[in-house]
Amino acid sequence: MTYLFVGLFLFLMGYIVYFNVVKSKEIINSPYNPRLDSMADRVVRGTITDRAGNVLAQTHTGDDGTESRYYPYANLYAHVVGYSDQGKAGLESSENFELLTSNAFFPEKLKKEFKDEKNIGDTVVTTLDTGLQQAAYQALGANNGAVVIMEPGTGKILAMVSKPDYDPNTVSQNWEWLSGDANSSLLNRATQGQYAPGSVMKLVTTLEYMREAGDVSGYLYNCTGEITHDGTTIPCANHSAHGQVDLAASFAFSCNSSFCNIGLSLNVNKYRETAKELLFDSRLPSELPYSRSRFRLKSSDSSADKMMTAMGQGETLVSPYHMALITCAVANGGVLMEPYLVDRITNYTGTTVRQHKPQKYAQLMSSSEAMQIKEYMKDAVEYGTASVLSGQGYSAAGKTGTAEYGSKEGLNHSWFIGFYNPDNPELVISAVVEETDGGTKAVNVAKAVFDSYYGSMWE
Amino acid sequence: MVNVIVELFKYLMIFIIVMYAYSCFSIFRYRSERKRKATLRRQNIWMYLLHLMAFIILYLETENVTIIAFYLMQVVLFGVTIFLYTHLYPKASRLVVNHMCMLLCIGFIMLTRLNYTKALKQFAIAACAIAFSLVVPVIIRKVKWLAEWGRLYAVAGMIALAVVAVMGRVSYGAKLGFSVGGISIQPSELVKIIFVFFVAASLKASVTLKTVVITTAVAAVHVLILVASKDLGAALIIFVVYLVMLYVATRQPLYILAGLASGSAASVAAYYLFHHVKTRVVVWRDPFTAYDSGGYQVAQSLFAIGTGSWFGMGLFQGSPDSIPVADEDFIFSAISEELGLFFALCLILICVSCYIMFLNIAMQLRNQFYKLVALGLGTCYIFQVFLTIGGVTKFIPSTGVTLPLVSYGGSSLLSSLIMFAIIQGLYILREDEEENIERKKKEREKSIPERRKAGKGKEEKGKQRVRQGDLSVRGSVPVPDGIHRIF
Repeated sequence: MTYLFVGLFLFLMGYIVYFNVVKSKEIINSPYNPRLDSMADRVVRGTITDRAGNVLAQTHTGDDGTESRYYPYANLYAHVVGYSDQGKAGLESSENFELLTSNAFFPEKLKKEFKDEKNIGDTVVTTLDTGLQQAAYQALGANNGAVVIMEPGTGKILAMVSKPDYDPNTVSQNWEWLSGDANSSLLNRATQGQYAPGSVMKLVTTLEYMREAGDVSGYLYNCTGEITHDGTTIPCANHSAHGQVDLAASFAFSCNSSFCNIGLSLNVNKYRETAKELLFDSRLPSELPYSRSRFRLKSSDSSADKMMTAMGQGETLVSPYHMALITCAVANGGVLMEPYLVDRITNYTGTTVRQHKPQKYAQLMSSSEAMQIKEYMKDAVEYGTASVLSGQGYSAAGKTGTAEYGSKEGLNHSWFIGFYNPDNPELVISAVVEETDGGTKAVNVAKAVFDSYYGSMWE
Repeated sequence: MVNVIVELFKYLMIFIIVMYAYSCFSIFRYRSERKRKATLRRQNIWMYLLHLMAFIILYLETENVTIIAFYLMQVVLFGVTIFLYTHLYPKASRLVVNHMCMLLCIGFIMLTRLNYTKALKQFAIAACAIAFSLVVPVIIRKVKWLAEWGRLYAVAGMIALAVVAVMGRVSYGAKLGFSVGGISIQPSELVKIIFVFFVAASLKASVTLKTVVITTAVAAVHVLILVASKDLGAALIIFVVYLVMLYVATRQPLYILAGLASGSAASVAAYYLFHHVKTRVVVWRDPFTAYDSGGYQVAQSLFAIGTGSWFGMGLFQGSPDSIPVADEDFIFSAISEELGLFFALCLILICVSCYIMFLNIAMQLRNQFYKLVALGLGTCYIFQVFLTIGGVTKFIPSTGVTLPLVSYGGSSLLSSLIMFAIIQGLYILREDEEENIERKKKEREKSIPERRKAGKGKEEKGKQRVRQGDLSVRGSVPVPDGIHRIF
């Protein structure tokens, strides 16, 4: 009996230690916690920098002791770095505790305590690359949309752009307007945007078809420019007839008819399972708030639903961030590395307090599946819908998409997912351009980013 | 400047409590009585040092001069308590006295920090309760028919609980007590003790099926009335105390299994039947999603513990005020936040040490009634500690019970002090038992020479039988022989 209770207490104490070591960080960063604000009375909020040390957010203290937060790049990093007036968003929110904790040199801390001065909070060194962020930001131009750029081998998030944006320096002044904005400028579309995937969904359909058919080399379909089944007709883009296509050509030309044909043959339950493995309807690894992607196809649904889902319309919704994660897995032999934005925490003089080490998050598909899909994505660049990326000084692979979203005639969301240098993928990009008339396509955004990256290597 | 003192004392206080907690267990290693006594005295010095540092901070932060007077009054109270217990009852366990004072001391520190008025009230209640509890050991020792009043305990307990269930005042969703002349009384706190006496009296001699059935029925009535009053914590404590006592009295694992099975079934039923039970479980699973529907309390508690981390924020540097009822059920979170998790973990160790001392005496008593009383009170104490700490750390769903001797609350304080005093009475009783046996042995030895051969063999056998009967509780804690004499 004694052992039982003493054991119970050892267990309880173990739990408390576990709680403090593992769980507490996430919990105390909650916006419900009033304690962090009081930490600001003792510590000057730390700095946020990009990977090269360029300051992204900084606190200036005036002569009279008033503090103001300054964001040198203004709108460029609005969503990912966030703001810290009027509540907190982005990294300012997720790293709040770190920014308000000072790991300054101990004697110095003590001296300041004696003089009743504030200590300086730690610096958050991010994985963000200002060159890529600027390239993506400029490429989006005046369009609404989002771009996520990642390093597939490590999981580093190199750039994250969302438009429309705002200037974090003036959030307080413009709060009334911003919070009521019909365009939701404050929303980080990269992680929280929910878009119909359009043809980028064909990647998921292709994977499922490979799994069900085993050998796909025998697949052939004769595309006449549209497909009709059970009274529903779905056309290919511009009604162009692709003729005899195998799976590679269906993927490269993004042939709707062929993918509807494939969709009709799929086992819906297995299809949904594959989607689940690719993190649809699941938690995503993310430091920032995100929306779960959803995949709603049921075996009882009509064949129209099946065809629509297989080609990327229907009920499916994804965020650009989620598509970036799937593309990372394709680029990285099926393995998704845990994505991260914070490379390390240093004290304000630069001494490292904690360093993030890349680690595997999950195997989303087998390495042979990843290799096969990579080949299809290379084909799409070589002779398919993404051919603007071919013939450059670099090589690339990818998949384009066009998502209809209902209301406005002639305006579609344009998608691109892909990577730079498929033999040893260095960059993964996932981009959405909202409501474009075809002038700015997501694939052109990717090209601008790749061009800039390629150019920077020769500087 | 004040910040630096707060910061420095924060670490020193952690050092002191670590030393104290270490001595709770290291003391068992010492064979020599002199060393043990030195350790026990050192414990008092540690406590006074901790107390002094805390009150220096409390004074510096509030600059309230009356706090100095309050501090001195506490110093006197602890001094008198230790002096009286050691001189009136030299056979009492000094370790239990020390722990009692230490827990009270931590309670006073935290209450002065959280709510000075309540701290003053708590002090007044503590002083009266200690004065009262000083006669308890005499009662335990002299009143021999305590074991015969089983029915009285049962009736008194049930009536007290029923009165609350019918007329009680509702606080935090539960009917816990009522006010008489401005003083609020929570009978369930005292009923726990009476209940232990009832079960001990019922099961002391016979454990026939009939007695077990009747006792179980009475216990079930207690639990049901408490559930009806929504006092889930007390109901759970009574239930577990009864199961443990029943098992030790009967050594029948079937009873435990049946008890656990019916307990689980009842919990599931309660989950679906009672809204407030369901809320507690929902909050336990995710206090943040249920933040606005009752989760804020546990959420704030977790913020407090997490923000305080290992070394705490320092007294007056955190915001324990944001935790509802931080001075009662959630005092452990307030302690964790400002004094740190190391301090809080040491506090747990001190509570566990109290429990071990409770069980230590249970093992050594030969009289089954007193043995069961010690065991029941020990279980009652430690399970309550488990419920409160487990609840505020989200280890288990929160049940709303206090941390004995530390939390604010007159009834809780009084019943805890009485509980500790009863244990002291049992330590004295044990000493008497020992002396009786020694005396009888000597008398027998005097008359032995004539019938030495036959007599001695018999005596050895008899002794062994007693030992085996003792196994019911013995053998769980390794305590060196004769240890009761010193503490």
